Amino acid sequence: MPSNHTPLAEAPSEPSETRHVHAALTRTSTGKEDLRELESGLDSLQSDADRKHRIEWSRILLPIAALAVLILVWQFYVSLGVKRRDLVPGPLDVVSQMGVLWNEGKLQEALWTSMQRGLVGFLISVAIATPIGLLLAQVAPLRRAFGPLISGLQVLPSVAWVPAAIIWFGLTDATVYFVVFMGAIPSIINGLISGVDQIPPQYRRVGTVLGASRLQMALQVILPAALPGYLGGLKQGWAFSWRSLMAAEIIAVGGTIGFGLGSLLDQGRILSDMTVVMSAILLILAVGILIELLVFGPIEKRLLRSRGLLSGSTR
Amino acid sequence: MPVVLENLGKRFGDGAPVLDDVNATIAQGEFVALLGASGCGKSTLLNIIAGLEAPTSGALEVPSDGAAFMFQDAALFPWLTARENIELALKLRGVGKAERRIKAQELLELVHLGSAGDKRPHELSGGMRQRVSLARSLSQDRQLLLMDEPFAALDAITRDLLHDELERIWKETGRTIVFVTHNVREAVRLGQRVLLLSSRPGRVVQEWAVTEEHRTDAGLAGQLTGVITARLREEIRRHAK
Repeated sequence: MPSNHTPLAEAPSEPSETRHVHAALTRTSTGKEDLRELESGLDSLQSDADRKHRIEWSRILLPIAALAVLILVWQFYVSLGVKRRDLVPGPLDVVSQMGVLWNEGKLQEALWTSMQRGLVGFLISVAIATPIGLLLAQVAPLRRAFGPLISGLQVLPSVAWVPAAIIWFGLTDATVYFVVFMGAIPSIINGLISGVDQIPPQYRRVGTVLGASRLQMALQVILPAALPGYLGGLKQGWAFSWRSLMAAEIIAVGGTIGFGLGSLLDQGRILSDMTVVMSAILLILAVGILIELLVFGPIEKRLLRSRGLLSGSTR
Repeated sequence: MPVVLENLGKRFGDGAPVLDDVNATIAQGEFVALLGASGCGKSTLLNIIAGLEAPTSGALEVPSDGAAFMFQDAALFPWLTARENIELALKLRGVGKAERRIKAQELLELVHLGSAGDKRPHELSGGMRQRVSLARSLSQDRQLLLMDEPFAALDAITRDLLHDELERIWKETGRTIVFVTHNVREAVRLGQRVLLLSSRPGRVVQEWAVTEEHRTDAGLAGQLTGVITARLREEIRRHAK
């Protein structure tokens, strides 16, 4: 042992009464078995019991009830006869028009075309935006240089690109995809960057201490840690690509551009058929709601629950 | 000698030095408690030994393979289970997949959490998280283990328990441990040697050996605790205005 200035190492021991007072200072428990029991007792007291997840009926019934109420209000308003029936059609008129469109095969065609484009455009956007986002979030000079531009692009409505796209690509699918990319990519990049910004700095330190290389740090630590923010970005990216797609389809009609929901909407306008317009709007809305309910909702919920972030929220 | 600190100094920017002329030698397999008031640069010193920060003056000698580090908060990754957290540490060390699984289970059993491996950090208590964190730092398989007030946020019973655990693991694994704390009792309870660091600038001002007699004789340990506490208070009072 190296030198020590131990002033009290040889101090006279105290009378035995005081030892009891100090007993807790050094040894906390007597036997090994005792200790194990204490430990497992604490463990079971302090950790949560597993909870079973049941089907929550209110989660299914309440939205349906809310929808029913809205449709009733709509029908009630129409039956008051304030506006002409061809300007404000009732729910039944719209449903029967959808039936007609279905029989013509137009509804399926429009839905299929738009969803396919939306999905493909979105997936390509994710593939492009994710590496760019990671790079910008990790390399300070790049972020300083391009950060404001990316934020700006997110604010710029992607419809503004439609005229340019038509001039460059003509009335082709390329026009539609270009507009979708300009809408989705910046918002996914921004979501990923803000997700990375919100990572507790401790995680990076742990990564460094554990000896992670730069790539390992990005893939094993940064990306999973940023996942909630990234998912938020993906959600927004999907919303932007769906919106941009509709805008592009409404404006760019004809050529080799197929028949999508936006085209259906534009056709309704040209024919001055309000039932077609309403049908198209409701379908566009329904797709948005379904994607949220069936895709993003469950993923987000699982993600938050597995990290213990769900308790106390109203989800 | 795994760790030798010679005239070590550290200042941030143009400010007053945080550490000044720190000298210490820590032997292989030794358990050293580094004691000081809050804000005395204990954590900075630990970061320097770990290689997370560079000293501004002086020299230090540390094991070439670096050091394992345990933080005040468990700092487990919330997207991984307890087992996966340990496995990730092994993976970053380059351990193969099959071996990772075996090693992780061994380490979980070492900290008595063999059956809690599939729980997520938020499903564990603070004490259990700290034990997983300890297992993770042991998985780094470094001779030197640095601990930055790892039990400060725990309740008294859990902390006492973890003291026993840590002592057992230290004896089983033969690690060299530098344990930073501001708790005198904890320092005397755990360390073979207690180094007192002064505040602003941080410097080793005194050290005490905790002998085997202190371990068996509670009165003696209490007395030593009293002496060190008095010295620490004196050090803090020096900064009164």
